[in-house]
Amino acid sequence: MLRKNWWKILSIIFLLYTVTAGFLGGVPAKPILNETIRNLYFHVAMWMAMMIFFIISVVYSVRYLRHNKPVDDIYAVEFARTGIVFGLMGLLTGSVWAKYAWGAFWSNDPKQLGAAIALLIYLAYFVLRNSLTDMDKAARIGSVYNIFAFSMLFPTIWIIPRLVESLHPGGMGNPAFNTKDIDSRMRLIFDLGAIPGWTLLGVWISSLRIRLKLFSLKHEIHE
Amino acid sequence: MIQTIFVEAQDSLQKEKPQMAELMRSNGKIYVVVAVLIIILGGLFFYLINLDRKISRLEKKTKI
Repeated sequence: MLRKNWWKILSIIFLLYTVTAGFLGGVPAKPILNETIRNLYFHVAMWMAMMIFFIISVVYSVRYLRHNKPVDDIYAVEFARTGIVFGLMGLLTGSVWAKYAWGAFWSNDPKQLGAAIALLIYLAYFVLRNSLTDMDKAARIGSVYNIFAFSMLFPTIWIIPRLVESLHPGGMGNPAFNTKDIDSRMRLIFDLGAIPGWTLLGVWISSLRIRLKLFSLKHEIHE
Repeated sequence: MIQTIFVEAQDSLQKEKPQMAELMRSNGKIYVVVAVLIIILGGLFFYLINLDRKISRLEKKTKI
């Protein structure tokens, strides 16, 4: 599956579509946001993709804990890594968007803070792993920590920002972002372009790192 | 008294339509935006495809 090409070609098609339709397609005219609403296909998609990669990562961590197969741990690490990259992209694209929509790159908005904390927790996963010299210990302790890091995504990003006042949609229990409420033109590009495109791109990048790591491990054994 | 002020405020919001980028579209510059992004994406895909091929070649070389 890692070496199959069809889904990689799909990711290229989806992203080319997203980038073209994203700027040439129609969007609703909203006050304050104006054309920046198109950032939905980029900023919001980054976070959705990050969630998907962290879910994949924790699933593999659980598998590692159950079966102790090193390949599962490798998958977990690489998807966590890609998740962090996409999360950082989400923070950066969000800050740029905030500069124009909210007046500042950073507003200490609960969701901004929560997302930053969640990413720091995931960065600690790598600090933890790299501080252990025993590979099996690193994998086992890392896997357990991964489960904790994953569970922390929910209070920091999904729950607290919705309970308190927030500049993001969804604060104080207001209707949050959901694809059912989206303008139908945007929904098409988001659901059938941005999400599958960015997700498959991240899977592709993860798969390359996984293949490289598996290759280097095999190579060492034969030496 | 407060209600009439509130209604007037709402009225003025409704009369103004949010300004969209019709200018960018009308002078063709939106296509520059799209072209730039396609070039950037194209570069990224070119890099990924080459990396993918390189790894495939390595894997095939040392296959027993």
